[in-house]
Order: sequence, then C-alpha cells, then structure tokens
Amino acid sequence: MELKPTPTRDGFGEELVTLGKTNQNIVVTSGDLEDATRAEYFKKEFPDRFYNLGITEQDVVGTAAGLSTMGYVAFATSFAVFLTNRAYDMIRLDVCYNNLNVKVVCSHGGVTVGEDGASAQCLEDFAIMRVLPNMRVICPADYIEAKKATRVMVKTSGPFYMRTSRSPLPIITREDDHFTIGKANVLRDGKDATVIACGAMVSEALSAAEKLKHEGIDLKVVNMHTIKPIDVQMIIKSAKDTGAIITAEEHQLAGGLGSAVAEVLVLNYPCPMEMVGVKDSFGESGSPAQLLAHYGLKDINIIEAVKKAVSRKKG
Amino acid sequence: MPSKTIDIESLKKKAVIFRRDILETLEAAGSGHPGGSLSAVEIFLSLYGYQVNHKPNDPRWEDRDRVIVSKGHVSPVVYTTLANFGYFPKEELKTFRKFGARLQGHVHTKVPGVEFNTGSLGHGLSFANGIALGARMRGKDFKVYCVMGDGEIQEGSVWEAAMTAAHYKLDHVCAIIDYNKVQENGPTNEIKNLEPLRDKWTAFGWNVLDVDGHSIEALRVAFDEFGSTKGKPTVIIANTIKGKGISFMEGKSAWHGKAPNKEQLALALKELE
Repeated sequence: MELKPTPTRDGFGEELVTLGKTNQNIVVTSGDLEDATRAEYFKKEFPDRFYNLGITEQDVVGTAAGLSTMGYVAFATSFAVFLTNRAYDMIRLDVCYNNLNVKVVCSHGGVTVGEDGASAQCLEDFAIMRVLPNMRVICPADYIEAKKATRVMVKTSGPFYMRTSRSPLPIITREDDHFTIGKANVLRDGKDATVIACGAMVSEALSAAEKLKHEGIDLKVVNMHTIKPIDVQMIIKSAKDTGAIITAEEHQLAGGLGSAVAEVLVLNYPCPMEMVGVKDSFGESGSPAQLLAHYGLKDINIIEAVKKAVSRKKG
Repeated sequence: MPSKTIDIESLKKKAVIFRRDILETLEAAGSGHPGGSLSAVEIFLSLYGYQVNHKPNDPRWEDRDRVIVSKGHVSPVVYTTLANFGYFPKEELKTFRKFGARLQGHVHTKVPGVEFNTGSLGHGLSFANGIALGARMRGKDFKVYCVMGDGEIQEGSVWEAAMTAAHYKLDHVCAIIDYNKVQENGPTNEIKNLEPLRDKWTAFGWNVLDVDGHSIEALRVAFDEFGSTKGKPTVIIANTIKGKGISFMEGKSAWHGKAPNKEQLALALKELE
C-alpha cells in the first residue's frame, strides 16, 4: 500500500497506543500540547495513564522522572523548544544525571513547523541533547521509522530524546528495514560522495542523488536516524569508500548532526566535508516549503554542497 | 494521639551527635554547607527517627516511604542521618567530597538511602509528585516527603509542582520547608520576600502547618496531622535557625557554604558539649 506523506508525530502517537495496549507500564506527561504532539491518541485510549500537567514544562519532565522510579516507562511530551530549552535543567539532572527511564519526545522540530515562526521552531535540540551523558538522540526520517523508534525506546531502558515533525514527510523507509539504535541505514549506495542526513533532509538527499545521477555523480545516501550514539563505523566506511561527506539536517550547523559527523571524521579519517543546515539564524513565519528554500535546506542546496565536496577531493 | 511512642530525650541526645558529626564531616572535607545542614537536623532526625517507614539494611525496599532531598547541598545532614541510622558505616563520613567517594558533594543515589541526585534547586517536588502518582496507580500506600530550602522556593518550578500536588489531591505528599530565613547572600526575605508564606501555600491548595522546626515534639504533631489530612497535600513550614546550635554560625549567610577550619571546629564542638 502506498502511504501518503505523513508527519512523524503521527507515527509516534499511533505506535504509542499500540504499545500501550500490551504494556501497562507506559505513562505519558504532557505540557498541554498533546493535540500537537499526538500524545492525545494515548490519552483517549488510556486516560488513567496520561497526565496533562498544564503549561509547566519543568514539572512535565520532573513528574515523568518520579513516575519512572515506580517501574513506568515515562514519556514526557511537548514542543521541542519548550522541553529541550525551557526544561533543560530537568532533562539534565532529573533524567540524565539520575539515568532514569524517561523518553523525552517532542514534536515541532525544525523550520517546517511553519507559520508559527521562530519561537516554536526548534533548531538547537540535537546540539543540547547530545552533549548530555546517558542521553540518546533520535530523529526519524518518516512515519514508519517514527513507529519503530517508539517501539525501540519502550524496549530500551534509560533516557531518550526523539524529535518528530509537524509537517508531512514522504515515506522513504520500509516496514521490513532494520532499525537499530546507533546503526545508520544506507538508503542508496554510491561511490563519489556520501550524504549523511536525518529527519526531513533524508528525502531531500534522495532527491539530490536522483538529480546528480544525470550529471554523472554517484551519491551514497545514509539515513542517520540516531544522532547519539552516532554510527562511527558507517561514517568511517563511507569516508573511505566515497572520499567525501556531506551532512544535511534541519538544525543549526553548530552542534548538530554535522558537528557529530565532523568529530568522527577529524579523529578517524579526515576527508573533504560540507555541511547543510541552518547558519546561525532563528527561523521565521512562512510555509514549510518556503522556509526550507529560504534556509538552504532543499535538494539543490545538497547538490551544491556535494559538488563542492567532490571538487575538494584530491586526484 | 501521636501515632507512635517515641523517646524524645534520646532523640534530643542524637541531635547533638548529629551536629557534631556534621561539623566534623565538613571540617574533614574542607568545603560544604553547614548553615542549612544544622538548621535541618531535627527535620531529618524526626523523619528517620520515628516518622518514615524504612529499613536501613534494605534501602530499596519497595514499600518504604520516600524522602526526597530537594535542597541537595545539605548532604552533610543527610549523610550524617543515614550513617547514624545504619545505612552505611559512620567512618565513611570522612570521605565526604573526596575523589572516588560515594559521598558526593550534593546528595547522590550512590549513597544507600538517597532517592534522587539533586544539587540544582527546585527539582524535588515534581519528582516527589511523580512518585506519588505512580504509587497511587500501583495501589501502594507509602508516603512521599520532600525537604526543601526556603531560598529554594524562589524557583518557579516549585510552584509548578505545588499546583500539580494540589490538583491531583496528593495527600500522601508532605513537603517540608526548612525556613531558616537565610540564603547564600543574605536574609531570604530581603533578597526576594517569601511572605506571606503560609498564605501562598494555602492559596495553592495545601494543608499548611507552621511549626518550630527545632522542636521534635512540634514536628511530631505536624507529621501526625499530615497523616490524618485527606484530599490535599501537606506542607510543614519548619521555622528554624540557620547554623543552629553554633553561636558564631547562627543566622549568618557567611556560613551557608563554608566549612569550619580546625580551630572553628574545636570552638563549635565545645559549644555542643
């Protein structure tokens, strides 16, 4: 069955209901945004295991931390900006320093939030979440992958952060693709350069690869759904095999996926690298398509970066 | 009628031992927080001495009452209390704040009996509420205590949690405010006024008990009232003196976060004799 483009938040919300039917230990806290995060699907099915704590993000995280000590898998949910930024100290101390079984799952990552503008568009969550010890960071590329990530988070004890999208994303993975935390998936093999992307940028990378084929550039595309722990082996292998790496993310260039990949390359296998992302700027209002174009987050921007990286390769 | 028979005189003697242990622990460490530790001695002594259900030889016993130390910097009084009640050997107090020790500078779950790593203020009450909600779902009837500082409740997160506890009618949650009226840089109510404190908590839907926090008898009456209050959480405003028991430390913000040296320790111990 062909699936139409779907927001990854829907995958999270639907899968949580499925899991909740057999796992009585799943509980959810929300900062009065369950309609937007899709945690409301769970609320409707399991009202006794759902807490809308009002607009109190610190409390949303802290209460989830307390719940987790009673044997619950506690999901703390809101917009990415509100939990990762406003409740940062609670995520750092309560969840990560205490190493508790709390899953921070946030919708509204990136500029594709759209018309609400910069205050709701989270562009720094990967950076500030991945520097926390014990934290694992996931950004699924599509609806199917969001479901798998939700399943894996429930099965795997300890802190997680997952960013989901408000905007529909094309379906680019299959139900039978492997999904392992910390293991990236090759969506397309190639020999001239590798794009390592996450979230909304994975489909843009695939589109860039299609277009570059006609220009004689054979592009490998890697879906790096786990930003932490990053797949070190995949990065090194791709650098060795293709000689150039390009990262693409709907996030600030500083500190995010590109930075994580650069850290691995510099220490292990330096090679020409280019980074596609938001250049030290806040977002603004507009349609998701307009904003992706404005901030240089389209396939054409990836193509440009690939050409630059390839031209920097020696010999 | 008080719920349990307790030996007040023996507890009062213990309070002197606790204060001595706190000061010796701090002197050995060379840093730490005496002021808020000395003010909270009777609070912790009352909790572990007669109020909470606990098993020092089985710290993770699932039906234990939970004590969440939100003011994590008062680790000296917490560790002293736990050591004196047999959670770990008293000699280990000498390792406080030393590299490789379990006894971290701010309370840490490496130490048997500690429920939650803290040290950043304003975290404990939300965590306590989460445990209390979980206990209700699990059908457990243990109590959850949360010890906070007075300066700490300037944190907005405390009031987020205060609303949650009242909204969910968490009558098995008991917050205890060590109202010693001094914070790091001066008198709490000159820095940011908490008053009218009782009215604030009442307005937030709590059962408010205002007591002498150095009186074991008064604390006991308050804990009994907490036990019989239904439908709302209880806060005990424990009126205390920062640095209680040591004349040159009492009421002084300078002793919020400074350890006594050898001479100061000797003077202090003399006062406790």
